[in-house]
Amino acid sequence: MGGRNLKNRKILLMGNPNVGKSVVFSRLTGVNVIQSNYPGTTVGYTRGHLNIGQSEMDLIDVPGTYSLSPSCKAEEVARDMFFDEDPELIINVVDATNLERNLYLTLQILEKGIPTVIVLNMWDAAKRKGVHLNLGKLQETLGIKVVTAVAVTGEGIKELVDIVNGITLNPEGNVSSIPKMDDDKKWAFIGQMLSEVQKIEHRHPSILERLEDASVKPVSGIIIALIVLFIVMQVIIGLGEFLINYILDPLYYQFYGPFITSAVENSIPSGFIHDILIGSGYEYETSFGLLTTGIYVIFSVVLPYILSFYLVLGFMEDFGYLPRLAVLLDSIMHKLGLHGYATIPIILGFGCNVPAMLSTRILEGKREKFIAATLVAISVPCMAQTAVIIGLLGQYGIQYIIMVYGTLLIVFTILGSALNLILKGESPEIFFEIPPYRIPHMKTLLKKTWMRVRGFLLEALPFVFLGILAINILYLIGVMGAISSLLAPIMSKMLGLPNQAIDALIMGFLRKDLATAMLAPLELSPNQLVVACTVLATSFPCIATFIVLIKEIGIKDMLKTIFIMLSIALITGTILNLILN
Amino acid sequence: MNTLVELKNGKTAIIRKIEGGSGLKNRLEVMNIRLGKKVKKTCSAPLRGPVVIEIEGCKMAIGRGMASKVWVEEI
Repeated sequence: MGGRNLKNRKILLMGNPNVGKSVVFSRLTGVNVIQSNYPGTTVGYTRGHLNIGQSEMDLIDVPGTYSLSPSCKAEEVARDMFFDEDPELIINVVDATNLERNLYLTLQILEKGIPTVIVLNMWDAAKRKGVHLNLGKLQETLGIKVVTAVAVTGEGIKELVDIVNGITLNPEGNVSSIPKMDDDKKWAFIGQMLSEVQKIEHRHPSILERLEDASVKPVSGIIIALIVLFIVMQVIIGLGEFLINYILDPLYYQFYGPFITSAVENSIPSGFIHDILIGSGYEYETSFGLLTTGIYVIFSVVLPYILSFYLVLGFMEDFGYLPRLAVLLDSIMHKLGLHGYATIPIILGFGCNVPAMLSTRILEGKREKFIAATLVAISVPCMAQTAVIIGLLGQYGIQYIIMVYGTLLIVFTILGSALNLILKGESPEIFFEIPPYRIPHMKTLLKKTWMRVRGFLLEALPFVFLGILAINILYLIGVMGAISSLLAPIMSKMLGLPNQAIDALIMGFLRKDLATAMLAPLELSPNQLVVACTVLATSFPCIATFIVLIKEIGIKDMLKTIFIMLSIALITGTILNLILN
Repeated sequence: MNTLVELKNGKTAIIRKIEGGSGLKNRLEVMNIRLGKKVKKTCSAPLRGPVVIEIEGCKMAIGRGMASKVWVEEI
């Protein structure tokens, strides 16, 4: 290992999916995490720094894989990294409750002759499950160091760091001498070894385990799913409203609004720049300023719901509910040209379409990606759109909100089935491990939520700001007005809305908040608002989603999506108008 | 012998034969679904959805097409 450039010293963190690699990763790197990831949905990887003694090393969180002979994208990434990155050391995270399967990958890793240390994670769960291990014998048989850990609480991490430190000082002593074997021999070796070092006591299933089975069985599964959905909506909306009413609104109206308005008024009393920055003051609905309405919409309309959404989503992920939902809905999703996995981007889409588009990477084929991305962009309203819908229709009663979401559900189903019929190919079958239910660790959950919220702020905000700025300029110089008046007569006939409302919808293509603000004072009937909200939701998502969409599916498919989007928005709006008015 | 699709919910069986190419066999094998292993069928998801099985205390969802290629002997 001599002569290696110190800056390129790498440690790979490898293991099966769902063994807690990412938690070990964040424990080892502390705050130096560069990118947050969506467990079970990441094809990319995370890189961080680890300080060992005097030196700093790169720690890479490799996507979870069952073997080094890949059967999906994430596994290909894992294999390529293993063979190409030339790591100095491998930390193999192993699920202590499921040694047999996990050790297969371990043997494949050990064959390469790179210094390796094994982390037996979820040691607490293994003990609860009645697993007894002769650690000394296991280390002796494998010829490398094994450390037990409970990554979520940090137990065993210090020992791991000490071992890593020791290995970097003396790499040769930590290479396994197990010979290369074919697959059958590997399994036989593992079986033989486990019969010698592992004993499992029998015990009765816990309540959580009973609940595990109930949540995928047809009848109880659907009942549980409905209850979960209800609780999730209640918590997201309740927590979001609490944050807005008691924290963010007071902050904006009592401190930020008056402050920024007077600050700008004092330095730039009037003119183009003044109008772009603060518009007509700090009333968020009518000022249209970048620093007033813009800031308000991002921090007091969207952010609270994003925050509560990610908190609830993170809880469901850590608890282990999402894979069960995927199993439960798999057969329905197949009729829409997708499979159970696609429930993840769809659920993410209700929070923010941007991570939803990113997570379509877990889907195997181009066809599935296209279907999922198109369905999300058109029929899954993000939290910002939901805020608009609730803001406009909430005062007239829940039945109008149900009309909008019901229409979106119908659009979702018809569009999915149509795309499934039109696009050639089949959606592959699902095949994955369903993790056991686990009570989430609060600190880890909060940290993950924070990383996602920060990710949202860093990734989406610049685009939202640029979008608002561009539209503001186009609006002020009259371009938007010209486009609106050109299209308005045609659309008002189809949608049954007054011309000013059509103006708002066209603006809303790029700026939802402006659309709300413009629709609010028009005194539309609730039925007209239903049409307007549905058209707003099915037509363009936000500009940030667009950028990600181009990146994920390419410009050609993106143009197809836009065409489908506009047709559907117009057709759905027209049909709703015919039925309601 | 039955396939995993036909095996009744809650029953335990031994895997005796896996049909299909080496790709499928490998995919199943790395998940510890191999000849001679004991499996318990937990349930099938609604509307002819995937089959859920348990091997060594670990639950897995397998699409019906794949599950119909795994032949088991009930014990």
